[in-house]
Amino acid sequence: MIQFSAVYVLWMREMIKYVRAKSRVVGAVAMPAFMLTFLGLGFRRVEVPGLPGSIGYFQYLVPGIIGMTLLFTSSYSGMSVIMDRQFGFLKEVMVTPASRESIVLGMIAGGATTSIIQALLMMLLSVFIGFRLPAVHLILASMAVMFLITVIFISVGLILSSVMKDFHGFNTIINFIVFPLFLLSGALFPVANLPPVIQVFSYLDPLTYGVDALRGILIGLSEFSVAFDLSILVTVSVGMVVISSYFFRRSEAV
Amino acid sequence: MNIIEISGLTKRFDELTAVDNVSLSVEKGELFGLLGPNGAGKTTMINMLTTLLKPTSGTAEVAGYNIGTDSGGVRRNIGIVFQDPSLDLGLTGMENLEFHAMMYNIGSAERKERIHELLDIVGLSDKADTLVEYYSGGMKRRLEIARGLIHRPEVLFLDEPTLGLDAQTRRKIWDYIRTLNDEYSTTIILTTHYMEEADYLCERIAIIDNGNIAALDTPANLKNCLKGENVRLGVEDGHADLITEALVKMPWVVDIESEDGFVSLTITDGEENIPEIFRIAHSAGAGISSVNLHKPSLEDVFIHLTGSSIREEKGDRRSARRENRRRRMMR
Repeated sequence: MIQFSAVYVLWMREMIKYVRAKSRVVGAVAMPAFMLTFLGLGFRRVEVPGLPGSIGYFQYLVPGIIGMTLLFTSSYSGMSVIMDRQFGFLKEVMVTPASRESIVLGMIAGGATTSIIQALLMMLLSVFIGFRLPAVHLILASMAVMFLITVIFISVGLILSSVMKDFHGFNTIINFIVFPLFLLSGALFPVANLPPVIQVFSYLDPLTYGVDALRGILIGLSEFSVAFDLSILVTVSVGMVVISSYFFRRSEAV
Repeated sequence: MNIIEISGLTKRFDELTAVDNVSLSVEKGELFGLLGPNGAGKTTMINMLTTLLKPTSGTAEVAGYNIGTDSGGVRRNIGIVFQDPSLDLGLTGMENLEFHAMMYNIGSAERKERIHELLDIVGLSDKADTLVEYYSGGMKRRLEIARGLIHRPEVLFLDEPTLGLDAQTRRKIWDYIRTLNDEYSTTIILTTHYMEEADYLCERIAIIDNGNIAALDTPANLKNCLKGENVRLGVEDGHADLITEALVKMPWVVDIESEDGFVSLTITDGEENIPEIFRIAHSAGAGISSVNLHKPSLEDVFIHLTGSSIREEKGDRRSARRENRRRRMMR
């Protein structure tokens, strides 16, 4: 059973804190912005095998960096539950009558909104460096893809936060889970350029399909059809929500 | 009518048995205290009763709902003020209260009214729009108490409500807890390791040690179980035996012991019988040089029952460090 008031409360809480934490906004955009600027400009003239000449590396890179922004902010927002647990707020949420599903949905709604805002900021920023913005309806369509990507990785974060009890393992998680997911996804170069053994892992990474769909929509170049990417993303995100709800229900708040 | 019925509640963490086969019941409207040292299992018990922890075995009913099978029913009818802060420091006091009320589906008009009323009671009306981050310890505590009450719970759990507060704030909170219990007839379960707090507030007290109930009664009856008050007489050299002989026959003397220059007595009705002691000593020809009357406190009961004094809060430095980290990370 889902109580919308509880979902709304948790979403609203995230919005208020997002608006107040200006350093968080800047901090989360800084890393992908540097990547975009330096990789995009530095490799501008490099001919990447597998790219048609009409699309420069910079155009190719922007959707990848948007995917990266979504990956990092959403998995971080899922993991912020560890903080809520450590600082007691999770207990407060857990003793209210709100169902566990509503709590998970509220967290996903909040994290998704902030992550998508960050991604749109990133897109806006890239326009200043030379990204050719597509038509409005394509941007709206890309937001649907963004949403699916965030749902998947917030769920990953929620699962990690039910397993991890404090922040000690945080860097390990970033280095051994989040970064590999980013590097495998083809955000920086076509997956086809990787050795076949590694490609297998790339195709197991849901972000690969997310980045591919974003490219298909934003720059009209994709490895698979956007419909295929979407079907994978929808399936994985539904599955991840179910799994993360299960983990969240099982984990104890104290 | 019993609003809380606990039977055989047990919680084991690996090797440690935090709560060991506890059974007790609390009546509706009671102000019930769980008194025990840190680590006695009080908080674990509260966590189980508020559905945050699953018991290893045993069960309990709170407000008519089973904590295992109908946790939703329990949650709708309880409020809790945790031992550790559980406020969102990044939100204002008002937002913390608003969000809590919304989780309980309280309508907007009703919400505003109750929040204003409660903020007034806990004296935080003028701080409502300040970020909780800038609240003092006492203010946070008061805000949490207000939050625990917005949804008018039938049972309110207070886990060490005055831990680390100054005397003045503590007194205020005590009065408020009493008012709540009297006027709204809220059943209150309070845990504490402060003797005077349990003595002052609670109608009945369960003394908990190592996960077990060592005793359960009214504060007065608990103190009576020591069977009297302690009198220590300083006597002149060689007169101790003289006095002991004269006093041991008296019916109000429960116990008497003499040592070098001192006589220790356990007597009933100390205030009335002290003059009597002097009269008897005088007629026996023994001189008394000093007298000390010690009325039994809950502390004595506690020592009597558990064999050790209650341990004061240790690790203050650790909790201070955690508090600092909390502040940094919530920003």
